[in-house]
Amino acid sequence: MSETRELTCINCPLGCALTVTIRGQEITVTGNTCPRGEAYGKKEVTDPTRIVTSTVPVEGGDIARLPVKTASDIPKDKIFSVMEEIHAARVKAPVRIGDVVIRNVAGTGADIVAARNVNEIAV
Amino acid sequence: MSRTSSPEAAEHVGVLIIGGGPAGLAAAVAARKAGAQDLLIVERDRMLGGILNQCIHNGFGLHTFKEELTGPEYASRFISQVKELDIPYLLNTMVLNLDRDRNVTLMSRKDGIRRVKADAVILAMGCRERPRGALSIPGFRPAGIYTAGTAQRLMNIEGYQVGRRVVILGSGDIGLIMARRMTLEGAKVLTVAELMPYSGGLKRNIVQCLNDYDIPLQLSHTVVDIHGKDRVSGVTIAQVDERRSPIPGTEVTYDCDTLLLSCGLLPENELTRMTGAEMSSVTGGASVDESLQTSIPGVFACGNVLHVHDLVDYVSEEASHAGESAALYAASSEGERRADAEAVEIAVAGGVRYTVPQRIDPVRMPDKVTVRFRVADVYRDKTIAVYRGEKRLSARKTRVLAPGEMEQVILKKEELSGLTAAEGLRVVIED
Repeated sequence: MSETRELTCINCPLGCALTVTIRGQEITVTGNTCPRGEAYGKKEVTDPTRIVTSTVPVEGGDIARLPVKTASDIPKDKIFSVMEEIHAARVKAPVRIGDVVIRNVAGTGADIVAARNVNEIAV
Repeated sequence: MSRTSSPEAAEHVGVLIIGGGPAGLAAAVAARKAGAQDLLIVERDRMLGGILNQCIHNGFGLHTFKEELTGPEYASRFISQVKELDIPYLLNTMVLNLDRDRNVTLMSRKDGIRRVKADAVILAMGCRERPRGALSIPGFRPAGIYTAGTAQRLMNIEGYQVGRRVVILGSGDIGLIMARRMTLEGAKVLTVAELMPYSGGLKRNIVQCLNDYDIPLQLSHTVVDIHGKDRVSGVTIAQVDERRSPIPGTEVTYDCDTLLLSCGLLPENELTRMTGAEMSSVTGGASVDESLQTSIPGVFACGNVLHVHDLVDYVSEEASHAGESAALYAASSEGERRADAEAVEIAVAGGVRYTVPQRIDPVRMPDKVTVRFRVADVYRDKTIAVYRGEKRLSARKTRVLAPGEMEQVILKKEELSGLTAAEGLRVVIED
C-alpha cells in the first residue's frame, strides 16, 4: 500500500514539482533539485504547519481592529478551529504588541498574540 | 508676486520625507543616523506605517530581521526607531505641491496650508493599484468590484466583510493573500483567473493561499463579462490565446457577489512630475543615479514610488541608502553639489526590463552599488552578466528568473574606474 502526493516546493522561485510517496514508515521525495525540497516534502506530508493571522475587534482603541497571529506555527488541519476562537475574541485598548489575546488556542499549545500597539482613545 | 510663492513665508526643513510608509520610515531613520538634524516626515494617513498596517499576514522581514513578522510588526520596528530618534512627523497631512527648488506646500485639516523650503526631499509616496478603469473589462459597473488592496483595507483596518462569493482577477500577491484572508473569514473564493501563462505572485503564496484551501488558479484566463446592475451577481471567465484574446466557447460564468482585481501596481508620481524630474517609462518612477537622486538636484526617491518591489526588506534597504544620500546632500555646500554630467546610463538587453539606478557616476559612486532590476519573462538556466564595453565584469548563473521577482547585481567601483559613456555599461541575460 502506498500513497503519493503532488506538491509544489516553496523554498525558492524554482517551485519544483515534488512527488512524495508514502509507503508505511518510508517517505520518498522525487522531483526536488536540492535537499530543502526533500525536507519540505517530508514535513508537508507528515506534519504540515502554518502561522495563522487575522484581526479581532478592539474596544476604545485608536484603531477598530487589532491584528493578531499565532505565536508559533500550528498544525494545518487546526486552522479553522483556530479561526473559530479568533472570531469569538474581543479586546479592550490599550494593547501592546505581543500581548496574549487567547491562551493555547484550539488546544494547539500556541497563543494568539497582538501584532501591533493600540492606544486608548481619549473620550 | 502672489503671497503663495513668497519665500519669506516658508519654514525651513533639512530633509523632508514625503510618505510615512516603509520607505519613508527607513529613509528618515537612516538620514538621522547619517547626521541630518532637521527632518520632517509627512504622512497623509492617520498613522505611520503605510500599506504595512493592512498587511496583517506574516512573511515580512526575513532578510532584515531574520524572522517572519506581520506587516504591522515590521512597521512598528521602524516606527519605534523614528520615535527614539525624535524624528518629527505630521499625520493627516497631504503634500499638494513640490517644485524643482524644493518648495513644498502641505495641507491638513488641523493646520491648513503650510509652506516649507527643504534642503533635500525624499520621495517615498509608494504606489497604487491598477484600477478597473485601466483594465478594459466589459460589463456593468455594479457595486462589489474592488481592487484587492481596497478589500484588504476594508477588512483588516475597518473590519467589514467585503463579500461572500468571490472571484479574483489577477494573481498578484495581494490577490493571493486576499483569497486566503476572505476564505478564513467565511467567504467562498471560487477561482483566481490570471491573463498571463504564469502567476505574478510568489510560489509560497500560491501554495499557502490557494492550494491550502483548494482554490483553483486558472492561468491564461480573463474576465470577459461582469453581471449584475446594483451589485455584482456573476462574472464570466474565458481562456485566452497566445495573443491574450478570449477563445470563444471557453466561457464559464460564476455566481458571485464580489470581484477582486489584483492586476499590478503603479508608482504614485504626481509630485515627482511637478518637479519636472526625468521619468522612466518602464518603471513609472523617476530615473535616478547611484545615490538615488532624481534628475532634480536634492530630490531623491526610494521604495515603490521609484519601482515596484517584491519584498519590503529591499524597500527598507533602498530607502536607507536614499536617506543617507539626502542627509549628505543637505549638509553639503553649493560647490560640493556637482551636477551628474559624468554619470553613465546603464543599458539593458536580453530580457532585463530596466535597472534602478538608471545611471552611475564612476567617480562619485561608493565602493559598491546594488543595481536592482526585473525581467520580462520566465527564463530557465540563463546567466546574468554585466559588461563594460565588450569586457564581461561579472556573470552569475541562475536556475530560474521570473517577472514577479526582483533581481540584483553589484557593481564595484574598482571595476568602473575611468568608465565613459562611449564605452558603455550593460546588464544582460544570456545563455
